[in-house]
Amino acid sequence: MIRTPLRPLARILTARARGENPDAIERENIRRRHEEMQARDRARAEGRLVVLGLFFLAGFVTIGLRMAHLSMSEPEEPVAANRSHGITMQRADIVDRNGHVLATNLETFALYAQPPQMVDPIAAAKQLKNIFPDLEEERLIRDFTGKRKFVWIKKRISPEQKQAVHDIGDPGLLFGPREMRLYPNGRLAAHVLGGATFGKEGVNAAEVIGVAGVEKTFDGFLRDPANEGRPLQLSIDLSVQDAAERVLEGGMRIMNARGATAILMDVRTGEVLSLVSLPDFDPNDRPRPAVSGDPSDSPLFNRAVQGVYELGSTFKIFTAAQAVDLGLVNPDTPIDTRRPLIQSGHEIGEFRNKNYGPTLTLAKVIEKSSNVGTARVAQMIGVERQKQFLRDLGLFDPTGIELVEARSGRPLLPRQWHELEMMTISYGHGMSTTPMNLAAAYATIANGGHVVSPTILKQTEPQLGPRVMSERTAAAARAMLRQVVAGEDGTASFAEVPGYEVAGKTGTADKPNPKGGYYKDKVIATFASMFPASDPKYVLVVTLDEPSIHAAGRVRRSAGWTAAPVAAELIARVAPLLGLRPRVEPGQRAGITLTSN
Amino acid sequence: MTEMVYGAVPERAGEPILPKWWRTVDKWSLSSVMILFAIGLLLGFAASVPLAERNGLNPFYYVHRQALFGGLAMVVMLVTSMMSPKLVRRLAVLGFLGAFVAVALLPLFGTDFGKGAMRWYSLGFGSVQPSEFLKPAFVVTAAWLMAASKEINGPPGRAWSLALCLAIVAMLVMQPDFGQACLVLFGWAVMYFVAGAPMVLLLAMAGLAILGGTVAYSNSEHFARRIDGFLNPEVDPRTQLGYATNAIQEGGLFGVGVGEGQVKWSLPDAHTDFIIAVAAEEYGLVLVLCIIALFAIVVLRSLVRLMRERDPFIRLAGTGLACVFGVQAMINMGVAVRLLPAKGMTLPFVSYGGSSLIAGGIAVGMLLAFTRARPQGQIEDILKGRGL
Repeated sequence: MIRTPLRPLARILTARARGENPDAIERENIRRRHEEMQARDRARAEGRLVVLGLFFLAGFVTIGLRMAHLSMSEPEEPVAANRSHGITMQRADIVDRNGHVLATNLETFALYAQPPQMVDPIAAAKQLKNIFPDLEEERLIRDFTGKRKFVWIKKRISPEQKQAVHDIGDPGLLFGPREMRLYPNGRLAAHVLGGATFGKEGVNAAEVIGVAGVEKTFDGFLRDPANEGRPLQLSIDLSVQDAAERVLEGGMRIMNARGATAILMDVRTGEVLSLVSLPDFDPNDRPRPAVSGDPSDSPLFNRAVQGVYELGSTFKIFTAAQAVDLGLVNPDTPIDTRRPLIQSGHEIGEFRNKNYGPTLTLAKVIEKSSNVGTARVAQMIGVERQKQFLRDLGLFDPTGIELVEARSGRPLLPRQWHELEMMTISYGHGMSTTPMNLAAAYATIANGGHVVSPTILKQTEPQLGPRVMSERTAAAARAMLRQVVAGEDGTASFAEVPGYEVAGKTGTADKPNPKGGYYKDKVIATFASMFPASDPKYVLVVTLDEPSIHAAGRVRRSAGWTAAPVAAELIARVAPLLGLRPRVEPGQRAGITLTSN
Repeated sequence: MTEMVYGAVPERAGEPILPKWWRTVDKWSLSSVMILFAIGLLLGFAASVPLAERNGLNPFYYVHRQALFGGLAMVVMLVTSMMSPKLVRRLAVLGFLGAFVAVALLPLFGTDFGKGAMRWYSLGFGSVQPSEFLKPAFVVTAAWLMAASKEINGPPGRAWSLALCLAIVAMLVMQPDFGQACLVLFGWAVMYFVAGAPMVLLLAMAGLAILGGTVAYSNSEHFARRIDGFLNPEVDPRTQLGYATNAIQEGGLFGVGVGEGQVKWSLPDAHTDFIIAVAAEEYGLVLVLCIIALFAIVVLRSLVRLMRERDPFIRLAGTGLACVFGVQAMINMGVAVRLLPAKGMTLPFVSYGGSSLIAGGIAVGMLLAFTRARPQGQIEDILKGRGL
């Protein structure tokens, strides 16, 4: 662009020559230049105004579209602020094998006080004493009037109590929500469930932790939020457990026993369908552990998995089965049963000093429960093979059932294991195991020779372990056990339950005296059984502690008189619940003629 | 016939004021503003009732006040729009001086009404927010300075206007009132842009803004939280923004019905910053689009008319007023639909507020005065071949 000069010399000279004021020319040129500049500015401003206009248009259109999009979309529900953590319970339920509840949670409240906020501490303490008679009034007054800022009064209160405390109307008495563990069946399966208590406590919630039984074993599982409240399913059958507890309780009373235990186990899966230990307790109100006396007398003591007893003649079948399995004998082989049998200066005697004559077949040795005969068979087997076989049956180790108490139920083995120990152990003396160990070993005979490990959790398929005896040996052992019940000389004839073909072995062992030696008149009576003998489904072990009954003219303590009839009653009650059909053999018909017309 | 072909004859000597005003004023913008004010009153019936109930007043107390101030604002707007640009400029510069002093003295004589920001003068019957009046007055003054710098041997107006702008921004930031400060800065920038800012400078400023934003984001936790909250697609439904979004969604196309809205009960600023959410909930998308269209009409028509304007002062002042008006509306609505980060800003003429209403009336009145049809020398342009 060529800038026109403001004072073009030629025009100015001309104007001067005409006598005009040359400034007018300059002013005109300034005006013209200014106009040109404005026109340029305006052209540029036009373009920029278009840009601005487009910017605003785009902005308004965007907002409009966004509004339209928003108003066409679904509104989101506004969530009210709330501090609760969903509806999942903090501890999962425990259910039986059919889904019936064994343990669940209940909403409750804890009562606490904040003394600085209390209006009338003395009156409040008096009224609290009326509501909760177990509180001490003096102590409450001391707590409320002292310097304490916070006092727990009750850990759990009922709705009625809560209302009563509420009616006191003192602002310093406050409630903290709680979830408490509830066992709706009371004492049922108490030793399996164990119990729970409060762990860390806060005003708004308290931790619930398991203290015994499956509650403690599976504490992590039960509290794991990842399970989303999925219950823990046990192998226990609630109705079977109930029947077993009632029968055993009655049997214990009739037999004047201190305690009793019964284990019912599925022989293929190792599932424990019922586990009873008496005396028992209510897990809702778990007693404190005994501080003095024999802990095994405490109701908390689980005899089935913690009690380590000499289980006596029930072991004889293991000796017989091993000898048959090794091909040393068969059930019809005559065994020398002459007395006395002296070994290492000790005489092996028979129960109540009976004499069974010079020989008995192996089957009769079991049937009549001859110690001497069994010891002779053990001599054929030898120490090492006997140890190996018993170890294979799982009798040397704790059973591994999922109860914390089971870990302490470690079998007691003799320090030395020579000929003498071999002989006594062959008939169940000198070695102690838990009833649970015995049940598992009997399950091996019952299921055809496979080891099973007892479990408290529901299983869906057989859990057969390694084989420790042949199918044939197991069948022979079962036949011998059946004869113990059904044979004319059998020690367990009281265990017969018509239709259910009970097979089993009695065991009566003198109770060890803590001061050394054995009591003369205290025994542990055990009956280990399986049914139905032709194809066993279940193993039942019943153990009575110090039974004695006056029968047939004198005091009887042997298992055949005590444990066996209790077991029979138990089987008679439980077998129908388990869905077993009795095999009814056609009886003698009366002399009538059936006619149809 | 002539008028139909060549448009209204701009000026006739000796014509009375009112007919001349009616002939030359932008009737579209005028009616849009009137309708916006009417909508604001209508929404006030819905949005301000909860506030009145909270303050224990007659439920329609704020509606009455709004109508009173609104009427006043309309009168001010009409009177202002009848003035000549020169008179507007003189009054605005005087007003600017007054408002500037008033804002400067706020820390000494102002009250904060317990809101933590010194923005108000408490008068007997109500309160005044001088920064609302300072804004349009500053725009006009700055436009005058910039236009003066276009004159040959004129003063360095751009530099002076920038100095004024920065002084005002500093005072507003100290109150603190970041929203108004941004608007003032924006108004100045727009005028500088239209007045012919060099492209290089514009690009440099854009780069500086991005850099500043990045630095602020990485250094200021408060700022970063705002931005993160904005970028996060999940809006917490318990915040003001969450309620607003929910209200827009509830409203749908035709709204939940007059008086049926819920959002006004949950939002403390339902009658001011989030009035658009109330509109969306009770009257639906239809009314919201109407409001947006009305704002767009005012801004775009004013800009189009200013494109023809020859006088640099009028062009700049008009542009600044229209853009500040438009951007304030855009920010308010953009926040409600989460297009922009949360920033409290009123919706001109629709939101409740005496000062902002009257100041808005003055601003739009000045804008209407600037956009009136005037002889623009079109014939001369045609003759000189510059075209329209």
